[in-house]
Amino acid sequence: MSAPSLTHLQILEAESIEILREVAASFERPVMMYSIGKDSSVLLHLARKAFYPSKIPFPLLHVDTTFKFREMISFRDRMAEQFGFDLIRHTNPDGIRDGINPFDHGSSRYTDIMKTQALRQALNAGRYDAAIGGARRDEEKSRAKERIFSHRNASHAWDPKNQRPELWRVFNTRLNPGESMRVFPISNWTELDVWTYIYSEGIELPSLYFAKPRPVVERSGTLIMVDDERLPLGPGETPREEMVRFRTLGCYPLTGAIRSSAADLPSIIMEMQASRTSEREGRLIDSDSAGSMEKKKQEGYF
Amino acid sequence: MSLPMTAPDTELDLWLSQQTEKSLLRFLTCGSVDDGKSTLIGRLLYDSQLVLDDQLASLKKESRNRMVGDEGIDFSLLVDGLTAEREQGITIDVAYRFFSTDKRKFIVADTPGHEQYTRNMATGASNADLALVLVDARKGVLTQTRRHSFILSLIGVKHVVVVVNKIDLVNYDQAVFDRIVAEYRQFAEPLGFKTLETIPVSALRGDNMLAPSANTPWYKGSALVPYLETIDIAEDRSSQKFRFPVQWVNRPNLDFRGFSGTVASGAISVRDEVLIASSRKPAQISRIVTMDGDLQTAIAGQAVTLVLDREVDLSRGDVLTLPGETPEYSNQFQARLVWMNDEPAYPGRSYLLKIGAQLVPATITDLKFRTNVNTLEQTAATKIDLNEVATVTIATDKPIAFDAYRSNALTGGFILIDRLSNATLAAGTIEFGLRRAQNLTYQSFDVNRDVRAAMKGQTPQIVWFTGLSGSGKSSIANLLEKRLTAEGRHAYILDGDNVRHGLNKDLGFTEAARVENIRRVAEVARLMADAGLIVLVSFISPFEKERRLAREIAGDISFTEVYVDTPLEVCEARDPKGLYKRARAGEIKNFTGIDSPFEPPTNAELVLHGAEQEPVVLADELHAWLKL
Repeated sequence: MSAPSLTHLQILEAESIEILREVAASFERPVMMYSIGKDSSVLLHLARKAFYPSKIPFPLLHVDTTFKFREMISFRDRMAEQFGFDLIRHTNPDGIRDGINPFDHGSSRYTDIMKTQALRQALNAGRYDAAIGGARRDEEKSRAKERIFSHRNASHAWDPKNQRPELWRVFNTRLNPGESMRVFPISNWTELDVWTYIYSEGIELPSLYFAKPRPVVERSGTLIMVDDERLPLGPGETPREEMVRFRTLGCYPLTGAIRSSAADLPSIIMEMQASRTSEREGRLIDSDSAGSMEKKKQEGYF
Repeated sequence: MSLPMTAPDTELDLWLSQQTEKSLLRFLTCGSVDDGKSTLIGRLLYDSQLVLDDQLASLKKESRNRMVGDEGIDFSLLVDGLTAEREQGITIDVAYRFFSTDKRKFIVADTPGHEQYTRNMATGASNADLALVLVDARKGVLTQTRRHSFILSLIGVKHVVVVVNKIDLVNYDQAVFDRIVAEYRQFAEPLGFKTLETIPVSALRGDNMLAPSANTPWYKGSALVPYLETIDIAEDRSSQKFRFPVQWVNRPNLDFRGFSGTVASGAISVRDEVLIASSRKPAQISRIVTMDGDLQTAIAGQAVTLVLDREVDLSRGDVLTLPGETPEYSNQFQARLVWMNDEPAYPGRSYLLKIGAQLVPATITDLKFRTNVNTLEQTAATKIDLNEVATVTIATDKPIAFDAYRSNALTGGFILIDRLSNATLAAGTIEFGLRRAQNLTYQSFDVNRDVRAAMKGQTPQIVWFTGLSGSGKSSIANLLEKRLTAEGRHAYILDGDNVRHGLNKDLGFTEAARVENIRRVAEVARLMADAGLIVLVSFISPFEKERRLAREIAGDISFTEVYVDTPLEVCEARDPKGLYKRARAGEIKNFTGIDSPFEPPTNAELVLHGAEQEPVVLADELHAWLKL
C-alpha cells in the first residue's frame, strides 16, 4: 500500500477528537462551554464527530450575561434543537438582582460578575470535574503556555508556574476532590485553521460574522452595535447604518465591529489574511493592562 | 474530512483548497540560556508576517531598554509569555507558537534552557518531529548543548538542525562555524539522529533565515525556513505494525457497539482479522465508522470508530492489533525515566502508570543506574531527583500491552502519576519487556487463565476474609458460596478447618509455622484462582504482614480483602466452638483477641460490620461489591 498522509487540518481534527473522547472516558461529570462563536461552533462540530453515532455524552453550558447579541441566543437554541444536545444556561442571579450592566458598573466589574463569577457558580452547581473550552494557543501570550488538560484547584484558579508536564498524548486526567480540569481541544489550531475548517466542513455560523448593514455608534474608535434599547446613547449620539461584521462574538456593548464588505466565508478569510490587527483587539477586556489575561485566568476566567 | 463544497474555479477557491492541504511540521527549539531561541522564533513569526499591527505597537513599547536589531524590536518579547518570565527575562515553560508558509504549517515548542527545566524540554520534545539546537557562535558547544541533545535522543526526536546563531558577532567567520559543526557532529554521533543539518544564522539580523545570506558566501546549504519547509519527516507510520488503543466504547443503543480511538500506527481495513492484545481473542472488522461516512481503510493518525463482527470482551485500555504483529503483553519491563517532580523517586514505591488508555498501579522494582545528563556517565543511585534521567525496571500490578519506545513512541511512552497528589511525576520510555509472557506464535486456543475463566463465565479471584474467631467470616463465606453456586458460578472455600487437617497438619502455632501456614494457603488460593475459581479464604489472619504476604502471592489475580469487623465482646458472647471459654481458662495459648493481638486492616477493600447486620445481608453487600 502506498503511504497516504494526512493534511494539517486532518491531523488537527483527529487530535481534537482524541482529546474530546479522553474527556468523556476519564471524567465523571464533563461539560462543554458553548459561547456560540466560531471556535465554539468548531468545537461543537468536533464533538459531534468524536462520538458519532452516539450523541454528545455531556451537556453544553452557556453563561448568559444578558447582554449577548440577540441573534446569538436564537442561534444557540436552534443548534441545541438541531443537534439534540443537552443545553444548560446560567446567569448570575446576584448580577440580575443588582442590575449589573457594563454601562453603570464598568466593563471589568461587569465581566467579573456576569462572566467569571457566573462561570464559577455554574461549574460549582453542576459539580463538573472537566470543562471543555475553545481557547487556542495562538490567541494570547499566556494561552500559548497553557496545557491542553489544564489543572484547576478547588477555587478554579490556574497556577502557571506549577503546570503538570504534558507528554505525547498521554494526558494525566486524575483529580483530587474539589479540583477540576479545563480542557482545550483546539489548543493547536490557529485562527486561519478555524476558518479554513469551517469553510471545508460547511459549518454554520451566526450571521453576525458576515458583513451587512447594522446600526452602530462609534466610541473612542470602536464601533458598537445598537442591538437593543438598553445601550445608553450620549447627547447627540445617533446610531447609523454601516456595513460591518464581527471577528469575535460576546456581549454586544463590549464587542467592537469592523467595517467590512465580506459577506461570505471566502471573503472573510481573504480579508483576515490581509488584515493587520489581532483578533482579540475587538475584545475590550484584554487591553486593560499587559498580562491582564494571565491575571484573569489565575482568578478563574476561562 | 469532506472536501470543499465549492469547485475550485476561482483563484480564491484555489488558495483556500491549498490552505486545507498543507502538511504539518512540529518542531522544538532548544539551546543554552542566551543562545537566542526566543529571538529566533520571534524572527520567524515576524518574517512570516504574523506579527500584527497592534502586537507590533505594544512590542515596540515593550522593547525600550532592551537589545534590539535593525527593526527596533526585541523579538524575544513575542514569545516570552508569562509575566514572571518577562520580568526575569528567561523562558520558564514550554510556549507553543504557530506560523505557516505556502507549503507547511508549523507548530513550534519554545522550551527553556536551564538545567532545572529539563522536564519542560522533554515535554516539548515529546510531540516534536524535529529539533532546532541553537548554539551561540561565540561560545560554541556547551554543556547545555550536550544535555539537550541527549534528551532529544532519549525522547526519540529523529531530525536535528544545529543553528549556529549570532554568526554576525563573529564576523561571519567560516572557521568558527566549521569548528562548531565538527565538534557537534563528533559528539552527536552515538545519539543516532536520522538527519543532522547545520546552518549559520543571525536571528536578530535575518541572515540565512528566509534566503541564503550574502554575508556567508561560503555556506552552500539551504537557509533555515526553506529547509524546514522541505525536510521529509514522513516516518510512514501507516506502514508500521497496526496498533489501535481503545479509548472509548461507543454504545448509542443496543444495536450498535463500536470502539472509538485513534490509529496509533499501521492501517486497518474492513474485513481484516484483528486480535485483542490482552486476551488474544480474534475478531473481524465489519465497519470503520466516521460521521462523514464509513471508511474502507483507516490509517495512522485517524480518529475512527471500529465495529467488530462478533461480541468480544473489549474495553478502554485494550489494544487491537493484527495476528502475528502483537505487542508485548507483560507486567515487567525496563525503561528510562526523566524524573519531573521535587519529591524523588525510590524503588519499591507504588505509582500509577498511564500508557495509551491503560492506567495501572506500578512499582519501580530496581534502579539500575542514573545517567548524568551533562556527561552521559552512568552511576549507581538509590533515588532519582528532579530532572535526573535513570534506567529502571518497573512492575505493573497487571499486564499491559506495549512496544519498545524506539519502535513505537505512542505505545512505548508512559507517564508516572503520584497516587496521592495526582501530580505527573515522570516521563518513561520502555526499552524492552523483561518477561516474554507471550510470544508471537501464541494462539488464542492455548489454555490459560482467561480461557478457563471464559469457560466458566466468571472473573477468577481471591476474596480474603479476616477477622476475629466468631466474627462471622465463615457464615458470610458460606452464604456467598451458596449464592454464587446458585448463579452457576464456581467457588470454593478455604478455611482453617479444611486446611489444618490436611495440607497443613504438619504445622504448629509458632511464628514461623504461622507464616508458612499463610504462605501455603495463599499459594493454593492462587492456583485455584488460576484454574478459574472464585476462592473464598476464611482465615483469622490477625497480622498485617501475613495479609500483605497473601496479597503479594496473589500477584495479578484480583484480591479482595474483606474485614469482618465484629467487636470482641460480641464474638466472645457468640463463642460457637467454645474456644473463647477455653482460652479464658488458659487451656488455649496465643488465642487471637485474648492473649494475642489482632491488627485491624487499614487497607481492606471492604469492611463488614458483623455486629450490626445479619450475615445474609453482609453476604449480599459483598456480592454486590465484587466484580464477578
